[in-house]
Amino acid sequence: MEYEPVIGLEVHAQLLTQSKIFCNCPTRFGEEPNTLTCPVCTGSPGSLPVLNKKVVEYTLRAALATHCRIAPYSLFARKNYFYPDLPKGYQISQYELPLTEHGYIDIQIDSQKKRIGLIRIHMEEDAGKLLHDLSSERGSHSYVDFNRTGVPLVEIVSAPDIRSPEEASAYLRKLRAILMFLDICDGNMEEGSFRCDANISLRPKGAQTFGVKTELKNMNSFRNVQRALDFEIRRQTALLDQGEKIIQETRLWDAAKGVTSSMRGKEEAHDYRYFPDPDLVPLVIDSQWIEEIRASLPELPESKKERFMREYGIPEYDAEVLTTSKPLANYYEICLHHYPKPKIVSNWIMSELLRELKKDEREIEECPVPALHLSELLKLIEEGTISGKIAKSVFEEMYRSGKQAEEIVRAHGWVQVSDAAELEIIVEQVLNTNAKEVEAYRKGKVKLFGFFVGQVMKATQGKANPQMVNEILKKKL
Amino acid sequence: MELYQLTAYQLHEMLRRKEVTSREVTGSVLKRIAQVEDRVHAYITRTPDLAMEQAALADRRLQKGNAGPLTGIPLAIKDLICTRGVRTTCGSHILENFIPTYDATVIEKLKDAGAVLVGKANMDEFAMGSSTENSFFGPTRNPWDLERIPGGSSGGSAAAVAADECIASLGSDTGGSIRQPASCCGVVGIKPTYGRVSRYGLVAFASSLDQIGPFSKDVRDAALLLQAICGHDNRDSTAADVPCPDFTKALIDNIRGMVLGIPRECFREGLDPEVESAIREAIRTLEKLGAKTVEVSLPHSEYALAVYYLIAPAEASSNLARYDGVKYGFRAKGNFDLMEMYQETRSPGFGAEVKRRIMLGTYALSAGYYEAYYRKAAQVRTLVRQDFEKTFNQCDVLLMPTSPTPAFKLGEKVDDPLQMYLSDIFTIPCNLAGLPGLSLPCGFNKQGLPIGLQILADHFQEEKLLRAAYAYEQNSEYHLRKPAL
Repeated sequence: MEYEPVIGLEVHAQLLTQSKIFCNCPTRFGEEPNTLTCPVCTGSPGSLPVLNKKVVEYTLRAALATHCRIAPYSLFARKNYFYPDLPKGYQISQYELPLTEHGYIDIQIDSQKKRIGLIRIHMEEDAGKLLHDLSSERGSHSYVDFNRTGVPLVEIVSAPDIRSPEEASAYLRKLRAILMFLDICDGNMEEGSFRCDANISLRPKGAQTFGVKTELKNMNSFRNVQRALDFEIRRQTALLDQGEKIIQETRLWDAAKGVTSSMRGKEEAHDYRYFPDPDLVPLVIDSQWIEEIRASLPELPESKKERFMREYGIPEYDAEVLTTSKPLANYYEICLHHYPKPKIVSNWIMSELLRELKKDEREIEECPVPALHLSELLKLIEEGTISGKIAKSVFEEMYRSGKQAEEIVRAHGWVQVSDAAELEIIVEQVLNTNAKEVEAYRKGKVKLFGFFVGQVMKATQGKANPQMVNEILKKKL
Repeated sequence: MELYQLTAYQLHEMLRRKEVTSREVTGSVLKRIAQVEDRVHAYITRTPDLAMEQAALADRRLQKGNAGPLTGIPLAIKDLICTRGVRTTCGSHILENFIPTYDATVIEKLKDAGAVLVGKANMDEFAMGSSTENSFFGPTRNPWDLERIPGGSSGGSAAAVAADECIASLGSDTGGSIRQPASCCGVVGIKPTYGRVSRYGLVAFASSLDQIGPFSKDVRDAALLLQAICGHDNRDSTAADVPCPDFTKALIDNIRGMVLGIPRECFREGLDPEVESAIREAIRTLEKLGAKTVEVSLPHSEYALAVYYLIAPAEASSNLARYDGVKYGFRAKGNFDLMEMYQETRSPGFGAEVKRRIMLGTYALSAGYYEAYYRKAAQVRTLVRQDFEKTFNQCDVLLMPTSPTPAFKLGEKVDDPLQMYLSDIFTIPCNLAGLPGLSLPCGFNKQGLPIGLQILADHFQEEKLLRAAYAYEQNSEYHLRKPAL
């Protein structure tokens, strides 16, 4: 039978506030264990949480950017469960009456726009980290690092509107880009500042009701989300085809083996015993504050893309690629500022630049070629100093060495030969040494024109101005 | 007359006039502790060295002339208020060796005021109980009759004041844990309005009900201590940002025109006849002083006990989850996996009553029961609060017994939790509504056991409590009696 996957995603994004959600401890990453802690975030008896206003502001930014409704009155709740990385024995989260609900994100899939609903965005605190030492002589030991405890998170829950792993990936990329455009999350999936769990079920194509779902955890990259969903679709399809039932359970993705395996079933699922946290007063949001935040929102991927198409006249595909991240969009616009030819710049970024970055698995922020330098390179082509072909070699060297284009061109003597007299002499030489081909060309084998161009280029080590070579060749032949 | 027998106010006058030093006062109190503590057992931890250091500091302040009313005054602190460097056990095995790394806000305030800490007072484990018999460190005895309980859960704080083992003390009140022991021990106790005093550093039992408050030998001292600890705190989101009035201004011997509400539900079967007659006598005294009385009704208060035993254990089950052996306190020794470590730590770490309430609370919050128990209780709590709102349209304060009986015998109710819970039947509604309440001595029964009069007022109306209590005290002598120890 043909099945349709029904997918909903739960994203946990760490917010880039300076301090934690309920105390003044810094949120820095990578410090010595348990150095960024206090009585509040280690759950010392008698300590009490006080809400960090910045966390609310950042959450409201996310809510406004994703068209969510903002509740004028919302509550914090305790999610109770025992685990050593959870110092209070409960996580402060939101349950009934979250801060924001009912939003959406538009994604582009097969050049079609698709709208994915958001059920809610709520605030909560992160847990600590366990470090396991299995090598100790006294037997294995586990250690707890509370530095991450209390780092603010937003949980963003999508509606079950996603129908394929590709859509899931597109949704995640779009959501991540939005959070990064808003400067509220660094989007780093490896370090866990943008984490994703997935709920997936299958149903016969055309059916209206949902099948039994499984929850997938431990997918720490876009690729792994897609792989895990692909695997789970195959697994569930095989089970259903054999007439077996899907068991509602939580499954862990194993990236090395490329499989999901059962972590806990429905019976072992926690009863979190949510109830309103009596240590925190209800959160009341006044509409003026919302309007202030709305007014301060930066340009988001969607509107930036539309503006690029409108202002720079580039195709939708180019605009989509260039607005996948804010630094990339900025890079593009800085280049344009120095070299205002939108399509040429876009071509260079999308082909040469992104190819090199992808090869090295680098982000645009880590690009060794600053935007200004790329535009200088493009100017050299425009001025006729170098050919477009040479420029590609120059760019590769710029990327490797970090040197500027002019310096590289000078060092290699790659300046284009645009002296007509000099070129004429070279063309003469080429025609003389290839008399047979000249003969053939003149008899009508015009395809050989390219051959002559190639020979001239060879003779000049590619430095001849191609346009001038064309003109001179035509004249001489 | 020994120094330890005096009030904070009297001692302050003497300290100010340099007739005595804080070291002498503190020495006197420490001597008294040495004399009677083995019989009373009001303390879990005594801090004589710290006390003498703080007394010396206080004397320097007194010399310089920048002393306040509590400078140099020896106080006892209930052992669930965090004191930096001084162990804070909550009366529990699981925190037997827990030494806080920070001071509770009230402790910071008392230190700023120059007060002297003589020890951490005994209590029912995690403030769960009405007799102080649930302490891991053994019960406290009532100074008026050593065979009897001092009330609870702040039994140590109350007994220490009654036995002159401190000049005044702090306790906490979740369902009567200040007022009921104050009544049993014949001292004054105030449970302030919820939000009046910061809970930062108060180890939580039931966060929406807990409030720190003073015990003292008379109403003036209670006002002085309340003044010192109240106020907004940006470390406690539930601490109300309301101004604190000068409470001593309410200490005027005049209640002419004040309207006293008498809830008819309070005088029913189960109320000890001697308690009833003492309360009625107190009401007559106040009427003679010019107050008017009006009968009022609190129809939902009969559900208060049930509501309380859903909400308080529910919050407690969550609040006490942090005692898991991972970070501090007791951890079972052995080679355990995680689940075993939790079980082996928490099973012996908590006493029977605490475990009973954790189970009650866990049940009330569980999926499938939440609506019927926790949510229903929260709704009825609103009705209880509304009852009070209505009555305070008719009167300034409410008068009623603090406890249905005087202090009962040790062991009398330990095997009958429900009977024990009924000790708090008159004190619990006030916590559910977040109101301020006060208990002060209003008589003795034939066996010489103290009886307490409870006064309740509307939110942030502690001045009315103090005014009624002070006027009564000025016209009675019960607060002056001392137990024969």
